[in-house]
Amino acid sequence: MQQTIELDPQKSLQPLPGTWAPGRFWAAFAALIVTLALLVVGFLFLRGDFNAPNSPTPQWITAIFAIVWGVGGVGVLFTVLNTLVEALPEVWRARIQPYIFVGPAIIFLSAFLLIPIVQTFYQSFFNSDSTKLVGLDNYAAIVTDQGMLESFRNNMIWLFLGTTSCVVLGLLVAVLADRSRFETLAKALIFMPMAISFVGAGVIWRFVYAYTPVGQEQIGLLNSIIVSLGGQPQAWTATQPWNNLFLILVLIWMQTGFAMVLFSAALKGVPTDLLEAARLDGANEVQTFFRVIIPYIQGTIITTTTTIAIFTLKIFDVVIVMTGGQYGTEVVATQFFRQFFNNQNYGYGSAIAIVLFIAVIPVMIYNLLQLRKQEGF
Amino acid sequence: MALATTKPAVAAVQPRVPDVRRRKLAGSLLVNGILAFICLLWTIPTIGLLVSSFRTRENISSSGWWTIFPHQEWASVRQIPLTAGLSLDQAVQVEGNTVTDDQLRAGVKLPNGQQLKWANRRARLVDVEEQHWTANTNFTLANYSSVLGGQQYQYTTPDGAVHTEQGQNLIGAFISNLTIAIPATVIPILIAAFAAYAFAWTRFPGRGLMFAMVVALLVVPLQLALIPILRGYNALGITGTYLALWLAHTGFGLPLATYLLYNYISQLPREVLESAFIDGASQFTIFTRLILPLSVPALASFAIFQFLWVWNNYLVALIFLSGTPGTQVLTMRLADIVGSRGQDWHLLTAGAFVSMLLPLTVFFALQRFFVRGLLAGSVKG
Repeated sequence: MQQTIELDPQKSLQPLPGTWAPGRFWAAFAALIVTLALLVVGFLFLRGDFNAPNSPTPQWITAIFAIVWGVGGVGVLFTVLNTLVEALPEVWRARIQPYIFVGPAIIFLSAFLLIPIVQTFYQSFFNSDSTKLVGLDNYAAIVTDQGMLESFRNNMIWLFLGTTSCVVLGLLVAVLADRSRFETLAKALIFMPMAISFVGAGVIWRFVYAYTPVGQEQIGLLNSIIVSLGGQPQAWTATQPWNNLFLILVLIWMQTGFAMVLFSAALKGVPTDLLEAARLDGANEVQTFFRVIIPYIQGTIITTTTTIAIFTLKIFDVVIVMTGGQYGTEVVATQFFRQFFNNQNYGYGSAIAIVLFIAVIPVMIYNLLQLRKQEGF
Repeated sequence: MALATTKPAVAAVQPRVPDVRRRKLAGSLLVNGILAFICLLWTIPTIGLLVSSFRTRENISSSGWWTIFPHQEWASVRQIPLTAGLSLDQAVQVEGNTVTDDQLRAGVKLPNGQQLKWANRRARLVDVEEQHWTANTNFTLANYSSVLGGQQYQYTTPDGAVHTEQGQNLIGAFISNLTIAIPATVIPILIAAFAAYAFAWTRFPGRGLMFAMVVALLVVPLQLALIPILRGYNALGITGTYLALWLAHTGFGLPLATYLLYNYISQLPREVLESAFIDGASQFTIFTRLILPLSVPALASFAIFQFLWVWNNYLVALIFLSGTPGTQVLTMRLADIVGSRGQDWHLLTAGAFVSMLLPLTVFFALQRFFVRGLLAGSVKG
């Protein structure tokens, strides 16, 4: 008789029943032990090699070994665990296999995000070396400290000015590019800064903002333009409070491309008959844009805005490279780093991180609500 | 009948055609003009950096990079020595012109088109300069050799002293970057692909909760996890190793990787998987033989995304690697040069470009995949 496959009304698929194979099971078990042992040996070697002040192995050999060990290790571990599970009796295999598949991901997510977040929350109620409970003192310090308040102010400027500029400019470029023959080239050029590190971008813009005293040759582009127009050269990144705007310019330079790419794809999705209908009804270009296109790509505008907004909340590299947090440019993430790294005040640092967390909670809830609407969950 | 009614309309439109065409042309010029202007604004900073990285140390610090283009410049025609030790508190006479010290610093224009300027103020030597057409095309690769191989470089300060400085060894940092970025890209992809497949095509208790966890963690700022992880690493003794970075980047990259791959894998056609099951394939076989090859576009999208992210990352490397000189990455070295030698533009420009070389290549070669990844994963924080 031909075997029939019962398919779950939902997506779940179950393979044919297998048979319990003790021989294969124990072989796989032995393989698992060997794999784990090899991984531990490799780990000890790598740890020892890096902790030695003058490692005898050339760097590129260590590098290749490290790559093979890391990438190969994960692949072999998956294979061995699977062989082990597939040698189990059918009932057990069907029950365990999904957990072998999602297990490593869940372990990593728990170990590197979930548990540390809980720990950070817990530590935020302790003193600098986590030995004494101080209650809400760290939070009280955050809302009274002058430096912290300035950082909050700066972060707000980053959040509103940075996000708005990126979204508006990104939309503008996307619309223009959509009507141009040079769309691909233009988009690639605007998008390019996204491939550069913030540190690299910081160097690029420090060079644009470079300042030499009056009378000397200006090697910074911006000051050179100002001087040739008859103005006085300015130390752009040191003049409070305007220097924050010049730092935000770096973010705009880097993130407008991101917004543009998302908007460009969304614009292509606006049905042409919708636009034609609007034009037939006598709407001009501007009206079509604000009354038809904008409402249609609303979803994309929301995701883009929230993504860039979260990004500006965590802004760190630009500030460190451009000013090192001097001249009143400190933001929340640089304060966190300072407390954590320079002052080793773990309690205070943790409390600052929790403040960042509170800021993203609305977005998190929004995402989870969206997920509930999705089929399958 | 129909023809009769449309004819007058056509006739009425006819004379307006050139007008419409002109307006269309004007519109296209406007669109392309604004676009070209924005593109120029966006590219000039990078071009300036690239050009400067090929200029000599002296050239970078004495003239803007745009002087490589033909331009008019003051050049010395002859020099006038003044009396040694001449007091500069009052205006002085130079060949019949009364000038002050400040004027000589800025340059004094003469009626004949020449200008007077200090050649060497201390030696009381004045230049007589004329405007010449010139282009600063004195290019060099020396910056790259001082930045890559750790080669020493020399320079002379205005007082005549010769300084020798040690260059930077960015090749080592480049290898470190590769060693970190490759596993930190491949490992999360592998783990996430397995998980995404299980979430998409199997049902098991806890599935909804676990996936909600993935989505919730998408937007969590890394800062929240750094302190406890560093403490854990210290306890294990792996702070400062590549392993520390792979594990951290794997953990941080997994929410996006799982979410992105889930979206793709759950959309694969059901018939393909069913026929494989009927043929008696196991879950593992289906995953490796069917799901992985079919998901290549999504895997590539995330790979580029994660590779660029890890390569360009500064904060995570700074926290987990900073005590270990041998494993420092490019962003850390570059930030170090900014901090300690912020005015050494010949090192900074070349160093920055070295750090950008690979990401820019990857970006321009695989832009299509990168864009797709962004579109699929735009909820990441």
